[in-house]
Amino acid sequence: MIPKYSPFSDSVRLYEVGFNEIVDFFYRLAEAGDKLREEGVWLAYGPEKLPEALEKPVNGTVAVKLGFPIYQKGGVVMDVTNVEQAGIAEDAGAVAVMVLDKLPYDVRKAGGVARMADVKVIEQVMSSITIPVMAKVRIGHYYEAMILESIGVDMIDESEVLTPVDEKHHINKWLFKVPFVNGARSLAEALRRIAEGASMIRTKGEAGTGNVAEAVRHMKLIMGDIWRLRGLSAEERLRVAREYGVPHQLVDLTARLGRLPVVNFAAGGIATPADAALMMWLGADGVFVGSGIFKSSDPSERAAAIVLATSMWDDPEAVAEAQRMVSEAKSMMGIDIRKLSPEELLQVRGAEA
Amino acid sequence: MRIGVLGYQGGVYEHVYMLRRTFDRLGVHGEAVVVKKPEDLKGLDGVIIPGGESTTIGILAKRLGVLEPLREQVLNGLPAMGTCAGAIILAGKVRDKVVGEKSQPLLGVMRVEVVRNFFGRQRESFEADLEIEGLDGRFRGVFIRSPAITAAESPARIISWLDYNGQRVGVAAVQGPLLATSFHPELTGDTRLHELWLRLVKR
Repeated sequence: MIPKYSPFSDSVRLYEVGFNEIVDFFYRLAEAGDKLREEGVWLAYGPEKLPEALEKPVNGTVAVKLGFPIYQKGGVVMDVTNVEQAGIAEDAGAVAVMVLDKLPYDVRKAGGVARMADVKVIEQVMSSITIPVMAKVRIGHYYEAMILESIGVDMIDESEVLTPVDEKHHINKWLFKVPFVNGARSLAEALRRIAEGASMIRTKGEAGTGNVAEAVRHMKLIMGDIWRLRGLSAEERLRVAREYGVPHQLVDLTARLGRLPVVNFAAGGIATPADAALMMWLGADGVFVGSGIFKSSDPSERAAAIVLATSMWDDPEAVAEAQRMVSEAKSMMGIDIRKLSPEELLQVRGAEA
Repeated sequence: MRIGVLGYQGGVYEHVYMLRRTFDRLGVHGEAVVVKKPEDLKGLDGVIIPGGESTTIGILAKRLGVLEPLREQVLNGLPAMGTCAGAIILAGKVRDKVVGEKSQPLLGVMRVEVVRNFFGRQRESFEADLEIEGLDGRFRGVFIRSPAITAAESPARIISWLDYNGQRVGVAAVQGPLLATSFHPELTGDTRLHELWLRLVKR
């Protein structure tokens, strides 16, 4: 059950198997499939190339890992720190909860080293609600991830909100059966994480500030970079792939799909229903809400309102109704990002790797 | 033919995509629309309830006033297909493997008993080849935190079984023009199950 990690032997092979499968899976999945079939690419990657017959159920396949976040789309994942908050999130219609030791806002205030949440708390939350339970690990911390996989967490967030343990490398996520979500501020960062095996990407934003500005900036950057890719020739894409440090197939796939090849959520600073709807409108597949809910003084109403606004983002009347459910006087106070010193920014952590 | 996909949350566009491919395959003129509001229910020939979180989909369908009119239409013969969370929403009786009985907004139109998260958590999610009554050859089932169909009463009937850890459970069931699956046919690019269901949809 515990993946055996040897940095110099098996990982390279596993990486390649994983990469072929990710291409295969999304070629089947995405709208672009039809066009690709005409071009003959379908035959190279299509159903004919599926794994051999499965006589017995097989766990942790790439389809299963990439499939999980698809069923989170259009939904809200809420940060919680205990069973009570998890119950509020489930009743409000969250698609999953993210268990943390401290909400990002409190991480900021407390300072020190932020680590994985208490295993006992995660297990209590898992046995008290029916929706998926996610938890965060520090960037590069293989063993926190293996612990979370062994207790059965549904998804692991390798998060910059916690203190990174490896400044140079992220976890090789192909080694795990549990899917991973990673933060990204640009297309290059997102594609590097996907190449490492992330099943889902979220914008980093600036967690714990109640200010959505950074999340907006990251989402626009990623979408803008994708649109630029679409206009490039094959040679130019090759150059971009080298510059990003990712396989060129991944760059090609992104350009053809016109979106990230995995599910992409918005995160970092979302505090109101309108914030959530804005992020959906900018192209997010769903949202993560951290401090925004449980640092406000109307968490139940706010949670339900953000769920409504996220799902109905394309209907301004419904979003207005959601906005009516909350009171601005009860929103979290928020922190002006310009008043934070560069060392206090969470979003830059792990960005260079 | 106009097929609606309940579009609050989950694998909505995967179904829309599969429907378009199935229309092409069958050579019928069809339209796939996303259903979010009561007025979207008008003029549908069938409805698909996609996978996602059944609690979220149920809460939003109820809040936006779609749940009741949809139940009425399905009871009056509107064909429906539910995958994973969709199967839970169609089921008459729902239990959860971990927390037991739990009340959540559902359609409750099929005479089947469904157990949520039957196979366990995401770690236990799996792929397996299935035999499905009415389909030639095996069908790749992708099970993601899936429910299982543990009982069916006439007129509902289980059409696919899976041996899981020595237990035989249902993974697909039909009842007239209603089809429920605990796996995700929209993830495999294999349109045969969608074809099977669209044949049940009267023009």
